[in-house]
Amino acid sequence: MCRAAVFQLDVTYRAVGASPPQLASSRAVPREETPRDPWEELDFGFPAGAWRALARLRPAGVRRSRIWRSPLRGPWLTSMLGAVLLVTLPLVTITGLLSYIAYGPQFGQAFPREVGWLRLPAFDWPTSPAWLYVLNQGTHVILGLVLIPVVLAKLWSVVPKLFEWPPARSPAKILERLALLLLVGGVLFEIVTGVLNIQYDYVFGFSFYTAHYFGAWVFIAGFVVHVALKIPHMLAALRSRSLRSELRTTRAETRPEPLDETGLVAAAPAAPTMSRRGALGLVGAGSLLLGVLSIGQVVGGPARRAALLLPRGRSYGSGPNDFQVNRTAEAAGIDPADTGEDWRLVLRSPNGTMRFSRRELLGMPQHTATLPIACVEGWATTQRWSGVRLRELAVLAGVPEPSWARVSSIETVGAFRAATLQANQVLDPDALLALRVNDVDLAMDHGYPARAIVPALPGVHNTKWVRDIEFGSD
Amino acid sequence: MRVLFRWFSRAYGAGPHQLLLVLGAFALTAYVVVLLGPDSGLTRMVVWFLAAVVLHDLLLFPVYAGADRLLRAGARRGRTVVGWINHVRMPVLGSALLLLVFLPGIIRQGEFTYYAATGQTQQPFLGRWLLLTAGMFALSASWYLVRVVRSRYLDVGRDVN
Repeated sequence: MCRAAVFQLDVTYRAVGASPPQLASSRAVPREETPRDPWEELDFGFPAGAWRALARLRPAGVRRSRIWRSPLRGPWLTSMLGAVLLVTLPLVTITGLLSYIAYGPQFGQAFPREVGWLRLPAFDWPTSPAWLYVLNQGTHVILGLVLIPVVLAKLWSVVPKLFEWPPARSPAKILERLALLLLVGGVLFEIVTGVLNIQYDYVFGFSFYTAHYFGAWVFIAGFVVHVALKIPHMLAALRSRSLRSELRTTRAETRPEPLDETGLVAAAPAAPTMSRRGALGLVGAGSLLLGVLSIGQVVGGPARRAALLLPRGRSYGSGPNDFQVNRTAEAAGIDPADTGEDWRLVLRSPNGTMRFSRRELLGMPQHTATLPIACVEGWATTQRWSGVRLRELAVLAGVPEPSWARVSSIETVGAFRAATLQANQVLDPDALLALRVNDVDLAMDHGYPARAIVPALPGVHNTKWVRDIEFGSD
Repeated sequence: MRVLFRWFSRAYGAGPHQLLLVLGAFALTAYVVVLLGPDSGLTRMVVWFLAAVVLHDLLLFPVYAGADRLLRAGARRGRTVVGWINHVRMPVLGSALLLLVFLPGIIRQGEFTYYAATGQTQQPFLGRWLLLTAGMFALSASWYLVRVVRSRYLDVGRDVN
């Protein structure tokens, strides 16, 4: 209809002997004829003959103009998504590496243990603020989840590059594409392993810690190369359009970006079914959806229920011991007979060994602290714990200034049946051997008869079902 | 020197800094593989690494792009005064995203480790995902209705085709 109207207008002009004005719509490119495509005219590197021959071997059907029709793809949209990832992915990476340090690599208890030169600078993980590890892991996991739609959209925006022909025009391009494999493979591998881990699905059959740590280094390699090579292009593309005016542009007013040598813009774009702001909004809505459905497992309280599809959005009830369990007593193989009247806490030090019954421990000065347990999987639960200060137990053991303490469990099978604490973690006034929680005895699943609870310590290092504590000053 | 530089860049296809960067990245990756050499899971890790790329590029992308192409064809044929295509896209994408991310719970994969860690089962997740999906479709449909009513009585929000 629209085209017919233009045609009629044209006829009218000619009928009165005037030449028709150049309307924007009449300059629209006819479908049959593909406009000049700067990407097709890029130079070939060495050996040019071979690359040119390769270009001629184009498989049937691989014609850019036919396959890629979205009018939204282009360097500006790609750069917007890229800019978001440029700021946020380093945050996810750094919090991940910090978590490795929080596990205490100096005691050989960060996984993987053997990391060669990829050893991170070790420092004493602080105990204050107590919510430090909640924040670190909340950022790592929730931001990682929220970025999934952005990563997928970014990949969508550049997918024509994957199928372009020839796949390379120079040796440089081949190497760059291989480096891209590290980036894309790295980010997807980290997302997949991370997402499976927070849902306790170990279908991949290798060590999560090892894979996630080394996968991160491969991702970092690809990311650094990509950022270094693309930052000038990203900045130029971002300057090519104004975000504010894009946010005001409706679907009907949406025009493709100008055809350029990036190969991202469709040579023969279809009519838009969505505006650029609509596309960005869609990605944002996806991120928001994942954010709303996961943040509750970090902040806890009534918000926890919003984490509808995650393990840590579930309720255990409303009693004093009804909070998130990480590893049940049953799974840890705890024999109730070992936790009964005969249970004794053993304190070891160079001065010898001491034993205390639970009643004796309850007779010592009790300290109460409200502390979160925060797991590497990005969930937390804050409770009111009470028990004996670890530093008072150190004094009892005759080591008032310990440089470390090793807390071991009755458990004999798990990877986290013992943990070594740094000096600051033993001496913190809120670091406890907890006997009670929320004014009642600990439940079996929470580590009865006694468990460690230390501010800002990764959850699994708050050893449950404690059997002995060894204090050292070497 | 400058001539050499230009000759290199022309033949290689980029400046020497690009070569240094990519070689650095490959060296780091090779070092990771060497470190992982003794790990029995190395082969599986490499397979998962490559499978992640292949499954995204050659399965997930073609599937959703193909589905969208069908949807667009349908939208062209069943054109209405108020366009409906994005009212289908949004709940479908939302539901698919949740399925993709929360698949283990929804299909009850890893039941044993899940139970060991939490003392609970994955029983509620499939139902919750279905309800969320239904909710997103309902929300999108009501929004569509609002747009239709507004376009009929107020003559706004009409798509310009």
